[in-house]
Amino acid sequence: MRGPQRLVFQTLTAQSTNDIWLHRFAVLTAAATLFLIWMGGLVTSHGVGMAVPDWPTTYGYNMFFFPFSQWVGGVFYEHSHRLIASVVGLLTAALAIWAWVRQSAGRQRWIVLSGIVATLGLMGVRTQTMFVILAIAALAVVVFSLSRAKVDPQPLRWIALTAFALVLIQGVLGGLRVTQLKDEIGIFHGTLAQIFFALICAIAIGTSARWAKTKIAVYDGGALRYFYLLATGMIFLQLILGATMRHQHAGLAIPDFPLAYGTVWPATDAGSIESYNRARSEVTALNPITTSGVLLQMAHRVNALLVLGVVVFTCVKTVRRFGWDSGFGKGAAFWAGLIVCQAFLGAATIWTNKAADVATAHVALGALSLVTGTSLILWAGRCFRHAAPVVEPVGFVNKSEVPA
Amino acid sequence: MKTYLPCITAAALLGSLHLAGAADITGKVTLKGAPKAEVPIAMDAMCGKLRPGPVTTRHYVVGQGNGLANVFVYIKQGAQKTPASGEGPTLDQTGCMYEPYVMGVVTGQKFKIHNSDPLLHNVHATPKTNKEFNFAQPSKGQVNEKSFDAPEVLVRMKCDVHPWMFAYVGVVDHPYFAVTDKDGNFTIKNVPAGKYTVEAVHLKAAPTGKTAEVEAGKTVNFELEVPAS
Repeated sequence: MRGPQRLVFQTLTAQSTNDIWLHRFAVLTAAATLFLIWMGGLVTSHGVGMAVPDWPTTYGYNMFFFPFSQWVGGVFYEHSHRLIASVVGLLTAALAIWAWVRQSAGRQRWIVLSGIVATLGLMGVRTQTMFVILAIAALAVVVFSLSRAKVDPQPLRWIALTAFALVLIQGVLGGLRVTQLKDEIGIFHGTLAQIFFALICAIAIGTSARWAKTKIAVYDGGALRYFYLLATGMIFLQLILGATMRHQHAGLAIPDFPLAYGTVWPATDAGSIESYNRARSEVTALNPITTSGVLLQMAHRVNALLVLGVVVFTCVKTVRRFGWDSGFGKGAAFWAGLIVCQAFLGAATIWTNKAADVATAHVALGALSLVTGTSLILWAGRCFRHAAPVVEPVGFVNKSEVPA
Repeated sequence: MKTYLPCITAAALLGSLHLAGAADITGKVTLKGAPKAEVPIAMDAMCGKLRPGPVTTRHYVVGQGNGLANVFVYIKQGAQKTPASGEGPTLDQTGCMYEPYVMGVVTGQKFKIHNSDPLLHNVHATPKTNKEFNFAQPSKGQVNEKSFDAPEVLVRMKCDVHPWMFAYVGVVDHPYFAVTDKDGNFTIKNVPAGKYTVEAVHLKAAPTGKTAEVEAGKTVNFELEVPAS
């Protein structure tokens, strides 16, 4: 294992916190985050990301006091997204506080807890400048926390603090995307959402009783861990491509599927692009079709095929090694099922002319696919043997299904 | 994809002297070929009350004699850079639609953006060369003034609250432009005598231009043909 995977694995392995309520709270935070991603998907699917032109205010109001009577049209989705984001921010702050209360003592505990509370207080100032200052400080906290998590015997608290800093940065990115009128910021915003969701899910896994009970390094997973890494990396790349398409409003740069403008590979010369734009009868203010938009969607389609192939192949390999009844077998089968559904939703997004509910489900399933891959990586890191074999498999893998 | 052969023919029908050495260019733009069917717009409940009845897209508004509306006709080459005189036009938001769908302004000319609806809109300009802006108009009767600094044909204006609301502004650095009316007629006023390239731009047709020579007091005849898309 290398890089981030090793860090998260070591972190979760080292702590093995079996606190049922902390685990449940982390699951709640993860569920709220998925709901937030869903609502973000609705915002971009409806093309209403700029429906509220100011931030952190909403049409001049403190966002928490914006009159419900004015939640009209696209404002409803964008404003709801902001409010749910605030809830997720508070849940993440509570998770960080909880982790620090459980895993620290003395002056360090009070310094960090005071810092979190002070940050929440400063967010009450509700000016763009204050939020940007806090986001810059949060970036430093992310770097420092991750470095501490590597060496601290109680690393969960640092991971939770990282999550709190990330959610703050994520909120500011969302706000700056609106006020700075930059699609590029929106792409970072959409990508960081996926990373944050995966991190919260990793905390939920690491605080579970099953994680604590599972014996470490008991099985020979062969090359499976590398397939999990490869497939998850490809899914992450796919999510970046998807976020770029969504935030550049290029989701319908190619209006047909499985062909593309009636051919396997569409023409992208200037004349063809011009004719695509002229032939389109757009109902909403879609961005003009561009060469880069067409190529981006083709890259998304090609990578989707690769992801589908690699995940299904990985699933088959996992089931062959551990059987259907094992935790890994079930997890890999669920993963493959998700990817098949995801591929269908991607096609349906085109066939329905990007119907908002279909396109949003595509976003949500993409997030779940990443998290499923991440969890398999984490479980593989915990259960798979690295050096000396250990007998007596128990826990996550079904004992009877493990090959000799 | 339904194919069609749009052909816009612009003819300068009458030139009349208004200023010494200047003339109006009037003409008509016609669409040849069957336009693509418009798509129904599903408004939300509040907007539906403001604009009852079926609402569709406005890609092809065709009038008498196949005259094509919403074509931005302007002098693309040959005109001197000339500042705007008089009050700028108004872009109105009424019944959750922009009116007019296409209009023109001179660079630097302030134009008004008005909210006639009893509900909030945001006004979001998405130019390629000019500066993008996005601001709120939450109240009925609210008026804001904006301008564009660089020539750009056409700048899209949109409302993100109501994503079906969008319109276009042609920005040129002189006042020699016009937008065709419902029957495809246009008038470019007070064009100084000279040789120009006049271009007709329609969102769903390839822009096309042709040289035209304007002489004071003399009728200028020319045609513009648009290649099939």
